[in-house]
Amino acid sequence: MHSKAGHAISFASRRALCKTPSLSYSTRLLPFTRGNHTQPQPQQPPQSTNSRSDSTTHFGFRTVPTEEKESLVKGVFSSVASSYDVMNDAMSFGVHRLWKDEYVGTILNPGRRGPVKCIDVAGGTGDIALRILDHAREKYADRDTSVCVVDLNPDMLREGETRFKKTMYHNTSQVSFRVANAQELPPNEFPDNTFDLYTIAFGIRNCTDVPAVLREARRVLKPGGTFACLEFGKVGNPLFAQVYESYSFSIIPLMGHILAGDRASYQYLVESIRRFPSQPDFARMISEAGFATGEMREGKGGAWRDMWGGIASVHMGVKM
Amino acid sequence: MAAVLRRATVSVLRRSTPHVRCISSTPSLLRDASQNDGPIALNWFENAFLVGGSAIASILDPRRADMIAVLGETTAGPALPRLRDRMLESPEGRRVLRDRPLINTQTVDMEKLRTLPEGTFGHTYVTWLDRCGVTPDTRDRVMYITDPELAYVMQRYRECHDFYHAICGLPVDVFSELAIKYFEFANMGLPVSALSAAFGPLRLTAKKRERLFKEFVPWALRCGSSSKSLITVYWEERWETNTEELKKELGIWDPPPVRWSKLLTEAAREAARRAQREAAAPGSTSGPSV
Repeated sequence: MHSKAGHAISFASRRALCKTPSLSYSTRLLPFTRGNHTQPQPQQPPQSTNSRSDSTTHFGFRTVPTEEKESLVKGVFSSVASSYDVMNDAMSFGVHRLWKDEYVGTILNPGRRGPVKCIDVAGGTGDIALRILDHAREKYADRDTSVCVVDLNPDMLREGETRFKKTMYHNTSQVSFRVANAQELPPNEFPDNTFDLYTIAFGIRNCTDVPAVLREARRVLKPGGTFACLEFGKVGNPLFAQVYESYSFSIIPLMGHILAGDRASYQYLVESIRRFPSQPDFARMISEAGFATGEMREGKGGAWRDMWGGIASVHMGVKM
Repeated sequence: MAAVLRRATVSVLRRSTPHVRCISSTPSLLRDASQNDGPIALNWFENAFLVGGSAIASILDPRRADMIAVLGETTAGPALPRLRDRMLESPEGRRVLRDRPLINTQTVDMEKLRTLPEGTFGHTYVTWLDRCGVTPDTRDRVMYITDPELAYVMQRYRECHDFYHAICGLPVDVFSELAIKYFEFANMGLPVSALSAAFGPLRLTAKKRERLFKEFVPWALRCGSSSKSLITVYWEERWETNTEELKKELGIWDPPPVRWSKLLTEAAREAARRAQREAAAPGSTSGPSV
């Protein structure tokens, strides 16, 4: 293709190219380069609830067709299922256990007023379900509280079943596992007005249609039943928020790559946390779905309670 | 001229973006999306974190090839541009940099290589693949190097690793991998091969370690430093070259004998079986059966 002279010329010009500062070189040729810690501004796709074929929604910072989000989320959780608990411990330095202990032990306090029929949605590996049953048993000698663990992803449920096989609740009527979509709980398996407590921990931000989840929650709860949601929130303190943001975007995807060989799923995780509405907005959504919440503020008597400055928060509502 | 070259490079890079399967089990939609997302620039802290994390993960589980790959990318430093310059100094290396060929079962016609006469490099390579039971498809794509040319050099380095095994005639156990790491370090000088060479032997038994350092390391260091820089070799042009002649040209000689877990006759038997099938049904397409 090139003559000998042509070779020499192309060699010289390539060397000239190489001498160009690498930053401008790479950004000229690779517009897709992104910083690990400086994420692109999240796009603002329309959050649509009707099923037009061209509607899109967010998947982390990506925009994806609405119908695809569910299978993408399912895929993420199939991928992380076997290392889910290990990764939770690694990413939060074990703090997620404190959050869940406070959520179940102090805030939910199941068994205080008699046995509770619970549904634990997006309950996957059974963290919350086990805590509910243990708390009722240890504090109130209650062996009639039951939890139905529901998850979209069968791999996560399998992890949960394995965990429960090591406990005394295996093969009892106190725990059951069902594959179902939180947005559309099948009415024959989950009839109206069945449960006393509906809990969803670190799951609702992965759902495509949050209002639909809230509507289903209201449907399956008995009147006067409690809706409880533990989810990541927005940190109020600006300095702490900066530290939290740097940690999330710098360290967590890398940790995912090292520990689980899966960078993309953990990138999705931190992006989905950013995407979720703030505590006041979510509290308003709960209230609009027909739940009686506390006042629109944080703290005891408020609609939500922050943990660790707002990294996680608990939203509660009672079905009217 | 520079603009034409740049445009050609960009188009070759975009065309040859590989869909190499990652070792991780990331679901395909997410994986394809992240593969097409482009490289990720790290600041010094993230780089250091990855160096530490991938080093520990590699030592704890040497089968985590994705971690060794990440270690290579994050510790490349000034050695990678030096390697690229070495490629630029030879006409063959320049051709490789221009064409940016990739090595996986889609770009390399394995069936054609199997039909090559015995003793040619292509046949040696495919026989080695079959004998060890490995495939070139398990190489991760380079993720953490932003300069596209350096990223390609790293990708090429990773993908040619199997050729060094094949041409030296070494299997894929820990012992031989370490010998090849010493060889690579002497030949190409990337820090990751030095790190693997330094810490890898900790996983061997004392007896094997002694044998490694007494017989194989002297061979690897002498052979690696005196032979031609293997990163500049356009292996895809050499499929039909006789392996012994190729070794003489590159300045490589055989290592001390090593035990293979699978016998050589297995591969020959497979080849005979395949030839028999083809003779019985000429014109029918048979997929790889090994």
